[in-house]
Formats: sequence, C-alpha cells, structure tokens
Amino acid sequence: MASRQKVPAEDPQQAAADEDAASGNGEGDEIMEEAEEQEDGYTSSTPTSTLTWISWFCSLPGHEYFCEVTEDFIEDDFNLTGLNTMVPFWKEAMEMVLDVEPEDEDTSKIPDVSIIESSAEMLYGLVHQRYILTRVGLQAMAEKYEGGVFGTCPRVYCVGCNVVPCGRVDIPGNDTVKLFCPNCNDIFVPPSSRFQGVDGAFFGTTFAHLFFQTYRELSPAPFWKAPSAGGSPLSPRSVSGSNGSRTSPFVNPNPHGGQKRAAGYVYVPRIYGFKVSERAKSGPRMQWLRLRPESPEELDMVDWRGRWINEDDEYDDDDEPEDEDRQMEDFDPDAVDGEDDDDEEEEEEEEGGAGPTMRKMGKEVTASTTAPSAPPSSSPLHSARTSPTTSGAPHSQDEPFIDLSIYTFPSHRQATDTGKVKVLRQWAPRGDWDNAVRTAQV
Amino acid sequence: MEEASTGSDSDYSRSWISWFLSSKGNEYFCEVDEDFILDRFNLTGLNNEVANYPQALDLITDSLDDDIQDELRGSLDVQARLLYGLIHARWIVTARGLTKMLDKYKRADFGRCPRVLCSAQPLLPVGLTDIPYEKSVKLYCGRCEDLYSPKSSRHGSIDGAYFGTTFPHLLFLVYPTLIPSKDGEQATAVGGKDGGAGGDARTRRRLRDEPEAVAAEGGGEGINTASVALKAERYRPRIYGFQVNEIAKLQRWQEAVRDRQIARLEALENKTPT
Ligand SMILES: [Zn+2]
Ligand SMILES: [Zn+2]
Repeated sequence: MASRQKVPAEDPQQAAADEDAASGNGEGDEIMEEAEEQEDGYTSSTPTSTLTWISWFCSLPGHEYFCEVTEDFIEDDFNLTGLNTMVPFWKEAMEMVLDVEPEDEDTSKIPDVSIIESSAEMLYGLVHQRYILTRVGLQAMAEKYEGGVFGTCPRVYCVGCNVVPCGRVDIPGNDTVKLFCPNCNDIFVPPSSRFQGVDGAFFGTTFAHLFFQTYRELSPAPFWKAPSAGGSPLSPRSVSGSNGSRTSPFVNPNPHGGQKRAAGYVYVPRIYGFKVSERAKSGPRMQWLRLRPESPEELDMVDWRGRWINEDDEYDDDDEPEDEDRQMEDFDPDAVDGEDDDDEEEEEEEEGGAGPTMRKMGKEVTASTTAPSAPPSSSPLHSARTSPTTSGAPHSQDEPFIDLSIYTFPSHRQATDTGKVKVLRQWAPRGDWDNAVRTAQV
Repeated sequence: MEEASTGSDSDYSRSWISWFLSSKGNEYFCEVDEDFILDRFNLTGLNNEVANYPQALDLITDSLDDDIQDELRGSLDVQARLLYGLIHARWIVTARGLTKMLDKYKRADFGRCPRVLCSAQPLLPVGLTDIPYEKSVKLYCGRCEDLYSPKSSRHGSIDGAYFGTTFPHLLFLVYPTLIPSKDGEQATAVGGKDGGAGGDARTRRRLRDEPEAVAAEGGGEGINTASVALKAERYRPRIYGFQVNEIAKLQRWQEAVRDRQIARLEALENKTPT
C-alpha cells in the first residue's frame, strides 16, 4: 500500500520522514534499526588523511546534530577552562581532535587508541556545548536549523516546525540528546535510534533557548488566533493561516518575544463526531498544555503566582469576559452547553450496561459497542472540524490525496453521501453545520 | 513482520487477510473476524466506496473465482486493501474489535509517544477524518492527549480513515481503567524535575515493564480524573538556569487554565455525586 499511496505534500511530517528515509536510515522502527550502525562509525574509525578529525567526527552516523567547532576556538585555552579535569588523557585527546602529530614521548603510557578516541569525543562534545553558545556557533547551528538537519516536531499540530537539539543536563553521562520544539515548547526523543548514543550534554540545556532568543523570527509567539476572518472556516484558505502564509505580516508586540506566527491548533478528541465532554472520566485533561491565548494581553490576566487577576470566583465560568469564552470554546466542550441544546455532547454512561451512551438534543442514544455496530460514519464536515492541516487536503473530493486513477468513484459526493446518510441516522443526524462552523477554529 | 510481503505470491495457502496483515507496513491493522465481514449489514454503504466491490469482497474472503481476468486481478488488490481498511475502521469500534486492538496496544504495536515526559507511553492509531483519501493515519497518546505523526514513512502513508476519528477515544471511554496516568517520569528521582537525569537504563526498563503497566494503570471503578492534570510534568526551558521570560509567562497562563478546569470539574463532582 505504501508504495502506491501518495500522501499530500502538505503533510509536513511526511516530508520529514521521507527525508529521514532518504538519509539511509530513518525507518524509525525501533526494532529494525538497532545497534548495527551505531557501532558502524567507530569501526571504520581512523579518519582518512585528507579529512580533519573534526569533519570526520561530525560526519559519523548519529553525529548529524553537531556543527564543526573552529580550531581556533579549541586552541584558545580560555574556552576550555575547567574541562581538563573532566577528560582523561587530555593532552592526547587534544592532539587527536586537532590532528596534531603526537609528540615523541613514550607512547607506552597510552593504553589504547579507542580510549583516546572516547576522550577526544568527550573533549569535543564539551567544547561543542560551549561553542554553540557563541555568536559564530549559533550562526553555524542556525544554518543547520534552516536546512532542516535537526528534523521537525513529531506533533501533528506543530505542522512541521523545525526543532533543535538539546540536553536535559549539562553534565555528560546522564542522558541522551533530545529535540526541542519552539512551537509547543516541549522536548522529544529523536526519531532514529542512531541518536541514542549521543550525549545530551554535548548540546546542553541552554543552547536551544538562547538560539530562539537570538533568532526571534524563528520563534513562534505565545498567542494565536484561529484564522476565521472572512468566509467559512471550512475553506482551505482560512486554514492555511496556521502555516503563517497569510498576507498580513505577523507582529508580536513584545519585542523580546517570538516573532513568528505560531501553529496553535489543539487536538479535540471526538467520538462519532461528538466532542468528548470534559465531564467524562476519559474526557480531555491535557489541552492546557498546548493552548495559547488569542492575544498577548490575555497572558497578563495571570499573575506571577499563576492566579487569574480580577477573578473573584474562579469556579464560575459564566462570569468570564466574552473574549475569554470564545477562546475557551474549543477547549471547553461545555461552554456552549446551556445556550443551545443543539450542542453535541457525549457522555459516559452511568446507568450501567455495556455500551456508552450518547445524548443529543435531550435524547439518549445508546451506542452499543457489540457487533454489529453501525459503521462509524463520515461526514463531509468532519475533516475540516478536526483537522487544521486541511490546507491542502481538500474537503471536497476533487483533489484527494491519493492518486485516484486507480479507484472508481461515484461521480459526485452527493452520490457517496446517500450511502452514508442511511448509516448516519442511526447515530444522530448531523444538523450541526452551525455548530461546526462555530467550533471549527482551524 | 519478518515474513513481510515477499512471500505473497508463493504462499497461496494463506488467507488474503493473514497475507495482508503480515505485509510490511500493515502492522497497525488487526484481524477482522470473518463473521463480521460476512454480515452484510456491517458493510452497508461500502459498495459505493469501492470499485469492483463484489470481487474485492470475494478476494478478501478468499472466495474469488480463479478464472478472473488478469487485468482485473491486478487492480483488485488495491480495491481489496481499500475495502479491508474501511471494514477495519468499523470493526475496531465494536466490542470484539476493541479488544483486538487492545492487545496490540499492550504490545505497543503502534509505537510509543515521542514526548520525553510521556515516558514511552504506547500510542493508538487515529484518523483526522473518517473519509478516505484525505489524511494519513496519526497516533494518539493517551498520556499527553496529543497527536503525533508515525515515524516511518511506511506508516505515514496509511489512510487515516482505515482507523477513523473515534477509535482511541472510544477505547478509553469503554475501558476507563486503561486511561494512562498523567505523571511523567515518576521513577526518575535523579536530579530533580527539570534537570532530570533521565537515565537510559531506567527508560529501557520502563519500556519492558510497560505492557503490564498499561493494564495496571488507572484506579478501577471509583476513578476520579478531575485533577489528574496536576500530576503531569512539563518541560521548562532555561537559559543558564533561568527561565525564559515569555515562555514562562505562557506556561503560567496554561497552568491557570488547567487549574480552572480542575476547579470546574471538582465543583461538578461535588454537585453530582455519582
Ligand atoms: Zn512541537
Ligand atoms: Zn504523549
């Protein structure tokens, strides 16, 4: 199947995956690509004469995240302050890294080249941690960043935001390298196991954030407004905003803040098209982790202790300012509950029995999970409501993402729908266009 | 997985479904019971979605006439996969189908969450739409409640409609005891929260324990999930040990939103004791 289907080019993760695959590994399958090539680089160990040790080291599989530290940086003792206590066989390691012929001492003291090699790696890693905090180092990493060398965020709604390597500790030997995404401000395990041998301390805890402080135009702003202006939010055009492709230039009023338009959509789980209510035990609990306020001013509504300013009764939602409510709409499935019972809602059954219960317009529909279950239906609205990345993925079937020539289609969606509607009715008719429009803040 | 797609032609004795399931890239799919496929009611409407529907159905149920024309047979394979995928989407939201996917979930057949603080939480496949040909399959993490793209391009090109938008959420609705706890690296005491020395050995040990852990998590009948979000750890960016101003502000705001939801849920709970 994989060979014949095409994924839309818009699917940013896909591009990353392909790139990864192209680089010769990348299957990303933990099972398949274990150790083999981890060792690989080291067995072919000694660099060829034309290549400097540094270039050779940075070209090893798994070392793609390293940039090449300039020799004059390493030769400046000031930059190495304190490191010599952390690296055994300092002098020999230094000679190896700088491609200096060993001075003719008695080499019998030196146990094994491989020990010197690991010392050299440690030395280079620690120097690298410092180098990438300098102006030239940041610049070198910025070039790799723009080239997509570090890959993209695996989170779907970060829409392929480029990531940077980071460590969780500055002391070597504790943890492997991780990837920081400036859009969701979270850290991820690199997709390929070849990075599991790379020490996170060689990138350090500071670099990733100094990087985005330095290059503010690469740093997504902390607020985000769903593109909704003009026309239906279901139209692909309005959706493309999350990619920052809108015409108006983006400005963060905070000059010290991120100057890039964020990708702010947060996933809303649905069951048969109904948002899972937060009242259900399995309801959403973590959306706050990815949520952004619509405007920078809203950030100031919380004080330094994390409390809402001017909110007397934090238990009462109804008293919140209007714009707050709008903002919360996606987040809180109950927000519109009272005002119209047209609102979709899905609740865990409490009366006992096998299946979950659904309620709509005051009626309850029992969704038996025992076979034969009615088919999960599809609604044309559906994709647009749940997917922010529809920019390229059409909600009409005119340009589907898979090459259609191999399928025969009913000529019109109308035709497809008649087949589906029959099925749909078992669940509840989807008379909720309005609702969809209101909630599809994609 | 090893037998992969290579054996397809040589092995006529195997059923189409078991061949399909063992093909490389199809690891996310589970086996649909034959009874389910043979009950026409379950296939309602699919004849509109799949070309050469009767023959495709025959093919996946191993009852295709041998004398079918070769040119049809070629394209039939594609249609059979489509048909199986669409049936699969319906199957995995039945009681039987859920348990089959649950087994795969416990084996982490769908991979693990790439978020560091999710401690390799197993994922579940999900579609962004129930309509075929629109979006490729994504992976849902029950711990951070977010969506991730499959690492492998083989999986990244599977149609999300073969899993549907409902499946993972129905699973946790039906099996609330399986809802993953929100804590991050609970066991990781080393180095405190943020500087946390993860320790690879530790992570790997967790990986091995996970299948049991998955089933064991959650608190049984009386579970209360109102304030579980408080347990969630998060990453706090620092420059030379100092929090980054704008990000810290955003995180405070997010946590205030979290606290307000918790207050709301707890108030609700007090009002309506279940
Ligand atoms: Zn991200
Ligand atoms: Zn997760």
